[in-house]
Amino acid sequence: MFRALIRAAVMALGLSTSMVSAEEPFIVVQSTTSTQNSGLLEYILPWFEAESGIDVRVVAVGTGQAIRNAINGDADVLLVHAKPAEEQFVADGWGVERKDLMYNDFILVGPKSDPAGIRGGADILAALSAIAAAEVPFASRGDDSGTHKAELGHWSAAGLDPTDASGAWYRETGSGMGATLNVASGMDAYTLTDRATWLSFGNKGNLEVLVEGDPRLFNQYGVILVNPEKHVHVRAASGQRFVEWLTGPDGQEAIASFRLEGQQVFFPNAQ
Amino acid sequence: MQGFASEFSAAVALIFEGDSELWAIVLLSLKVSVFAVLISALIGMPVGAALAVARFPGRRMLIVLMNALMGFPPVVVGLLVYLMLSRSGPLGVLELLYTPTAMIIAQVVLVTPIVAALTRQVVEMLAEEYSEQLRSLGVSRLASVPVLLWDARLALVTALLAGFGRAIAEVGAVIIVGGNINHVTRVMTTTIALETSKGNLALALALGAILIGIAIAVNAMVSAVSLRAEQEGLRHA
Repeated sequence: MFRALIRAAVMALGLSTSMVSAEEPFIVVQSTTSTQNSGLLEYILPWFEAESGIDVRVVAVGTGQAIRNAINGDADVLLVHAKPAEEQFVADGWGVERKDLMYNDFILVGPKSDPAGIRGGADILAALSAIAAAEVPFASRGDDSGTHKAELGHWSAAGLDPTDASGAWYRETGSGMGATLNVASGMDAYTLTDRATWLSFGNKGNLEVLVEGDPRLFNQYGVILVNPEKHVHVRAASGQRFVEWLTGPDGQEAIASFRLEGQQVFFPNAQ
Repeated sequence: MQGFASEFSAAVALIFEGDSELWAIVLLSLKVSVFAVLISALIGMPVGAALAVARFPGRRMLIVLMNALMGFPPVVVGLLVYLMLSRSGPLGVLELLYTPTAMIIAQVVLVTPIVAALTRQVVEMLAEEYSEQLRSLGVSRLASVPVLLWDARLALVTALLAGFGRAIAEVGAVIIVGGNINHVTRVMTTTIALETSKGNLALALALGAILIGIAIAVNAMVSAVSLRAEQEGLRHA
């Protein structure tokens, strides 16, 4: 009764349908910020939308939040980059199947003056150790995102716990990649970023790439259809079609053709 | 800074070339906030006026609470509305999350206390002023509410503008419940947040300038309307 009343009120206001083009089918994709901020999704989605007639609505948040939103049932498809967390998501029954989609790499950027002296290195663990030893500012995402998880993994592999220095040289921004780059740029701090966000970022200031090419900086993206058995409202058919397109030849080709400053930044590797 | 200035003027030029996507975003911002303020007025004005004239135990406390709610952090409101509208929440079946309606709901929660609290203040003063007249006409306290609201209408416009200011400038709540989805729920403030996070600071600032321009335009319009209403009121009197 209560719900019916609210529904009637909403309909009476004519808001639920008239303000958005809800007539055409759509899916909600919870995605990582890097795929949106770099412009990748904006570049590839028109192809899928033209071919399928399905409107893709992207909510770009950190990987951790994207996964939690999907668990709450507020997504049809998940596009993130934290493989262990994704596999856990599927193992817990929230996702149907995890598929590799594409990869790029993380890079360590920092001030041109490079007070920790790490420029040109290709060993992320050695670089982080040097930063910790020099106690120079490092901006961490601190938001449970895929990049944050990767960063924490490298610290622990180097046998370090930077959170001891939280608030001192280790600065946790609790924000997205772009916001964290803004912070790093503002305080001449080092930070770990994915290459796509870095290349498309417009406020580099005094920052430049200092460490790259370590195989440990590999950054794999995965795509998962949210399990309709857990959430009956999931638009499974449309969502499945999107996953198949992304991992199929057309989607993979579209991803490969995306360029930032003339560089390919996402490398499709769906099986 | 030289680079920034030229970037900024380039961004402003871009905006005034009449980019249709940008204007769709501006229009959506206005739609959402105007709707939110209208609904807040429908709820907040009667509540505020009733609180001004009615006498009951706990009234003082309610007023304090209402005044405190004016400072409710938008992010908390966004979170609460998200928890209500999420598929796992009690109102999930309505499928309102990530729609403009969800943004309107969040803004109504933010704006209603402002409208109600300011209405109470205005009406309470008027009620004191008119108390003898109303009593001599035998009008009960609650029955006098519509009359008092009508009489206070010019002052109440200010309350609505204060509410509109909070609604149109707000980002924390609408980005959570709207999701900042391109062409669906992207408004001025969430676009500014997005462009800032992309490091496009000049563009973000230029968009901010538009937002301020809108706020000035709306205020000027309302001020002109109420001035005319005031003059007409004087002529009739």
